[in-house]
Amino acid sequence: MIYTILIGFIGAFAAPFFHRVAKRRAGLLLSLLPLGLFAFFASYIPNLASNAVLESSLAWVPDLGVSLTFRLDGLSMLFALLITGIGALVVMYASGYMAGHEHEGRFYLLLLAFLSSMLGLVLADNLLTLFLFWELTSITSYLLIGFETQKAEARSAALQAFLVTGGGGLALLGGLILLGVAGGSYQISDLVNAGSSLAEHAFFIPALLLILLGAFTKSAQFPFHFWLPNAMAAPTPVSAYLHSATMVKAGVYLLARMYPVFHESAWWQMTVTGVGLVTMLAGALLALNSSDLKRILAYSTISALGTMTMLFGIGSKEAAKAGIVFLLAHALYKGALFMVAGAVDHETGTRDVDRLGGLRAKMPLLAAFAGLAALSLAGLGPLLSFIGKELLFEAALAIQGVWHILIPAAVFSSAVSVALALILVLRPFFGSLKPTPLAPHDPPVSLWLGPAVLGMLGLALGLFPKPASTYLAQPALRAVLNAPVEVKLYLWHGLNLALGLSVLAILLGVLLYFAWNSWRKLAGRIQIIQRWGPDAAYDGSIAVLNWAAGLQTRLLQNGYLRFYLLITILVVVALAGSLLLQGGLHWPAQVTEVFFYEAALSVLIVVAALAAVRSRSRLGAIAAMGVVGYGIALIFLQFGAPDLAMTQFLIESITVVLFVFAFYHLPRFDPLGPPGPRWAHALVAVMAGALMTGLVLSAVRVDLFPSISKYFLENSVSLAHGRNIVNVILVDFRGIDTLGEITVLAVAAAGVFAILKYRRKEQS
Amino acid sequence: MNSLILRAAVRFLMPLLLLFSVFLLLRGHNQSGGGFAGGLVAAAAFALLSLAYNAVEARRVLRLPPALLIASGLLIAVVSGLIGLLAGQPFLTGLWTYVSIPGIGKLEIGTPVLFDIGVYLLVFGITLTMVFSLEEGA
Repeated sequence: MIYTILIGFIGAFAAPFFHRVAKRRAGLLLSLLPLGLFAFFASYIPNLASNAVLESSLAWVPDLGVSLTFRLDGLSMLFALLITGIGALVVMYASGYMAGHEHEGRFYLLLLAFLSSMLGLVLADNLLTLFLFWELTSITSYLLIGFETQKAEARSAALQAFLVTGGGGLALLGGLILLGVAGGSYQISDLVNAGSSLAEHAFFIPALLLILLGAFTKSAQFPFHFWLPNAMAAPTPVSAYLHSATMVKAGVYLLARMYPVFHESAWWQMTVTGVGLVTMLAGALLALNSSDLKRILAYSTISALGTMTMLFGIGSKEAAKAGIVFLLAHALYKGALFMVAGAVDHETGTRDVDRLGGLRAKMPLLAAFAGLAALSLAGLGPLLSFIGKELLFEAALAIQGVWHILIPAAVFSSAVSVALALILVLRPFFGSLKPTPLAPHDPPVSLWLGPAVLGMLGLALGLFPKPASTYLAQPALRAVLNAPVEVKLYLWHGLNLALGLSVLAILLGVLLYFAWNSWRKLAGRIQIIQRWGPDAAYDGSIAVLNWAAGLQTRLLQNGYLRFYLLITILVVVALAGSLLLQGGLHWPAQVTEVFFYEAALSVLIVVAALAAVRSRSRLGAIAAMGVVGYGIALIFLQFGAPDLAMTQFLIESITVVLFVFAFYHLPRFDPLGPPGPRWAHALVAVMAGALMTGLVLSAVRVDLFPSISKYFLENSVSLAHGRNIVNVILVDFRGIDTLGEITVLAVAAAGVFAILKYRRKEQS
Repeated sequence: MNSLILRAAVRFLMPLLLLFSVFLLLRGHNQSGGGFAGGLVAAAAFALLSLAYNAVEARRVLRLPPALLIASGLLIAVVSGLIGLLAGQPFLTGLWTYVSIPGIGKLEIGTPVLFDIGVYLLVFGITLTMVFSLEEGA
C-alpha cells in the first residue's frame, strides 16, 4: 500500500515531463495511473467483504511513535475507490478542460500529487502520518485553487482556504497529540479498541474538541464554510474533485474514523450533530441565493457535508449507515454536476444560470447526463441517492427528544436540493436559447464522459443495491462502528413515513423552484449576511493581522543598522550581564607573567580601537579596525592557535576588500554626530566590552565539565586520520555542526545577493 | 580601479594564490589550513582581480557562476555524509581508504577530505557572491 502512494507521487512529478513528450494525449494516458490504482484497490474488495484488512508498516521516527503505518479497511476502501476512480475521470476531464493551457503539465502534477496525498490520508493508521497527509492535501489544494496565478481573486481565495484549513490543521495536530498521549498509542487501530479508560482521561474532551475543529474547517462546516464557495476560483476539474468529491470529505472521513473513539461522548453528539445541522440549513439557504452554477453547487456541497456530519454525530447505527450511503451517493452526483457546470462554462463562456437557456438542442448528451445527475441530487427515481435520502429520513425519525428538529430540517434541505436540481437542469438546458459569450457547441467526449460514468454508476447502484451494500457499505460501516454489522439496502422501503417525507420534500422543492425569483429578490434586500458574516470576519482579522505586522515591522525593522546593533548588544548585556553579576566577579587567583611583547600587542589593539572611533575618514576607521583584527590574530598565534590566527588574518583582509566595494553604496561619512547619542553609544560600547571581560574572567574560573580536548588529542590520528586537531574537529568530530554552519552561510549568501540585486533594480 | 601596477601584479599573484589555496585545502587535515581558509584565499584571488579590473572580467575568468560553487559545495558536503549512511553507519561517519601511488607512497583518502572540499567550494562561492554583488551594484 505504501507503494500505491509512492507510485502516485512519482507519477505526479513525472507528469509535466510526460506532458511535454505526449502533448495532447498526456491527460488521457495519465488517467491510466489512477485507474490502475483503482483496479489495485478493487482487487481487495473480496478480502474486505470477508472481514480481512490489509496492513503494512514502515518505521519512520520510532522514538516518537511515528511510523508509516497504513491500513486498508472498509472505510479506507470506500474512500480509496472514490479518490482513484473519480481521480481517473477528473484527469481525463482535465485533458479536455485544460487543453492548450500553458501550464497543463503543472496542473497534472498538482492533481496527481493531491490524489496521492488524499490516498495517504485515508490509508494512514498512525495519527501523525494521517496529519502529514492531511496537511499535504491542504497544500495541494492551495496550489490548485490559486492555479490561475495571474488572477488576484484566485490567489486570495487560495490563501483564505489555506489559512482556514491550515488553522484547523494546527488544532487537529494538538488534538491528535493529546489523543495519542491519552490513549498511549498513535495507532488508530489501537485507539478504537482502547475502551472506557481513554474516555475518562483528562485530555479526552480537549482532544475531541480540537480534532473536531480540524474536521470542521476541512469539511467547510459553519462557521468555517465561507472558504469553499470562494475556492470556486479554481479550474472546474479541481472543484469537481477536491471541493466536492474528495478533499472536503476528509473532515467527514475523520469524523467517521474517530467515531468508535468518541461517539458515546455527549460533547461529540451535541457538537457534531448541532454543527452539522446548522451547516446543512445554512448551505441550503445560501445555495438559493446564488445564480452562478459553481457557487450553487458549492453551497449545495456545504449543505450535503453538513448532512453527513450530522449523521455521524447522532451516534446511532442507522444514522451512521445513512451517512455512509449518503456520502457515496453525493460523491457520485456532485462530481458529475460540477463537471457538467464546467463543460457548460467551457462551451458557452458563462456560468450564470440567468444568462443560459435552451442548451438542450446544442449539447443533447451533456443535457441528458446533467438530468441524470440532477435527479440524483433531488433524490428521485431508482438511484442510490434515493436510498440515501430514505435512510436519512429514517434515521431522523428514529431519534428521540429535542433532536426531533432534525426531521423538518432534513425535509427542508431535501426540498432545497429538489429546487436546486430543477434550477440546474431547467434553466441552462430548457427554454429559449440565450446569447452567450461563446457560441455554444457540443462538448468533446472528454467533457461528458465523467458525468456519464458517474451518473450511470449512481443509477446502477440504485437499481442493484446488493453489491453496493455487501462490498462497499457493509465493510465501511463495520469499520466505522468497529463492530460486525450487516447492511442490506433496498430501493423500495414500503409505504412508510420516510416515503411520505420524501413526497413532501419534492412538493416543497417544486414550490421553491417557482418561487425562486421572488425569493432572490427578497434575499437580495437582506445584505446583513454579506456585511457581518464569517467571510467579513475573516477579512477583518486578516486586516488586523496585517496592520499589527506592519506596525511591528516598522518598529523593529526600521532600516537603521545602528539601531539593530544597539538592540542586540543591549539585550545580550542585560541577559548575560545579570547572570554574571549573580555569580559574582572574581579576579583570577594567579596570573601568569606578562611578557613585553604581549603588553605591546594589547596597547596596539587599544590604540587602534580608539583610532577607529576617533577617525574622521571612513577608510581610516576601516584600516584601524583591520589593525585591531590583526592584533587579535597575533594573540591567537601567541597562544598556540595558528589555524584560528590564519583564518582571522584572511577574514580581516577579505573584510577590508568588501568594505572597499561597499564604499560606493554607503552614505556620506559623518564622524561627528550630536554629542548626546555619541555618549550613549560610547556607554553601550563600554558595557559590551565590560561584559566580554567579565565573561572571559569567569570562563577561566569555571570548570563545570571535564575538558574533552584530551579526547580529541588522543583520537585525532587513530580515529580521524588527521594531525591538525582543529580541522579534524571541523570536518569529522563536529562535522554535522559544520554542515549546519555552511548551510546557514549559503542561505546568507542568497540573502546578500537578493538584497543587492533588489536595490539595483529599484535604483534603475 | 585603474592601476597598471595592480593589474600587472594580479597576473602573477592569481595563479600563486589559487595554488596556495589548494595547498591549504589539502594539507589542512594534518597541518594548519583547511577548506575554510583555502576557500577564502581562492576568493581573495578573484577579489583582487575584480579590484584590478572589474567583476565582469573576474566572472569571465572564473567561468562558473558563484551560485554554482555554493550549491555544488553544499551538495559535496552532504554527499560525503551520505557515503557513511550508505555504508550502514551514522550520517557523516568518516570513512578512509588507502591508495598506493608508485613513486610517492601511500595516500590516505577519506570522506572528510571530500567534506572539506565542499566547504572550500562553498566559502569560495559565498565570498565571491558578496564581492561581485557589491562591485556590480556600484
